[in-house]
Amino acid sequence: MSARVGVVVFPGSNCEHDVVEAVHALGGTAELVWHGAGALGQVEAVVLPGGFAHGDYLRPGAIARFSPVMAAVRDYAADGGPVVGICNGFQVLTEAGLLPGALQKNAGLRFLCRDVPVRVEDSHSVLTAGVEVGTGLTLPVNHFDGNYTAERRTLDELRAEGRVVLRYVENPNGSVDDIAGVRNAAGNVVGLMPHPERACNPLVGGTDGRVLIGALLAAAGGGWARASSGAGEAQAPREMPARLSTAGSTPTSRQTA
Amino acid sequence: MRFSALVEVRTRAGIADPEGATIEAALPALGFSDVANVHVGKAIRLEVEADSAEAARARLDELCRTFLTNPVLEDAELTLVGGQ
Repeated sequence: MSARVGVVVFPGSNCEHDVVEAVHALGGTAELVWHGAGALGQVEAVVLPGGFAHGDYLRPGAIARFSPVMAAVRDYAADGGPVVGICNGFQVLTEAGLLPGALQKNAGLRFLCRDVPVRVEDSHSVLTAGVEVGTGLTLPVNHFDGNYTAERRTLDELRAEGRVVLRYVENPNGSVDDIAGVRNAAGNVVGLMPHPERACNPLVGGTDGRVLIGALLAAAGGGWARASSGAGEAQAPREMPARLSTAGSTPTSRQTA
Repeated sequence: MRFSALVEVRTRAGIADPEGATIEAALPALGFSDVANVHVGKAIRLEVEADSAEAARARLDELCRTFLTNPVLEDAELTLVGGQ
């Protein structure tokens, strides 16, 4: 099995190579997809990596959701394709309306950069399929806007449907209900603030992220889209003005083996 | 007509405003103990071409709703400065 993962690169992304390394280390193949691309190509999963897409100007993810590639990501997610947003990628998915809620500034005015213990709360997602509920993992966080919040009604819905995928064991940022990651109803779209891709090699501090990246590769290789037959979900995305123009940028698709 | 506008983006009640809180916490040391309720937001100035003030307002309301604010976190107050 060599699952093919597309890693989206926005101007200002900075964790794309961490994802590529982790995917390679676990036997998959990865390619970088420039944000100006109109299509995703033949990928079996998509990762929106961490960083500061479009400089986080206006708000984290606010401008990235108008990047041309996001229309393709939206269609891919609606078809049931696995889509995972890590850190800034999670912020982009909430801004795009592919996941509910929003990430506000950390409680306490601190940029957080450390390892935190988290607990797997749900295994009906492309990132946690096959991972036992209750599994404890230590994963790095690296964010300023990681304090998850949502309307009361949305929170009730997430809890009732078991859509909180990860919770912090010791809440580092003030997230409501200790939420570290959530999924859509179908389970093919997941967003999380911790960085599993940075915990896949003992040389850089741990391997607890392997179980999650491994689950994503299994979901990609095993055809999560087919297994969940048209379970793509209409999340009532926010109104979309005309797409962001990429005039002046360089819409090239950079590839890595 | 071209209208100038000021959009003030503010965090909604209950949403963290650590920047405002930090400024407020620093005030007593600076001798401003009489100042309270500090909130930090964004001010966005822009111009819009429209046939009337109502049309300009409607267009900018749409812009605020779809792009300039995240309704989970923020509200916006729109002030039309004048048309010419």
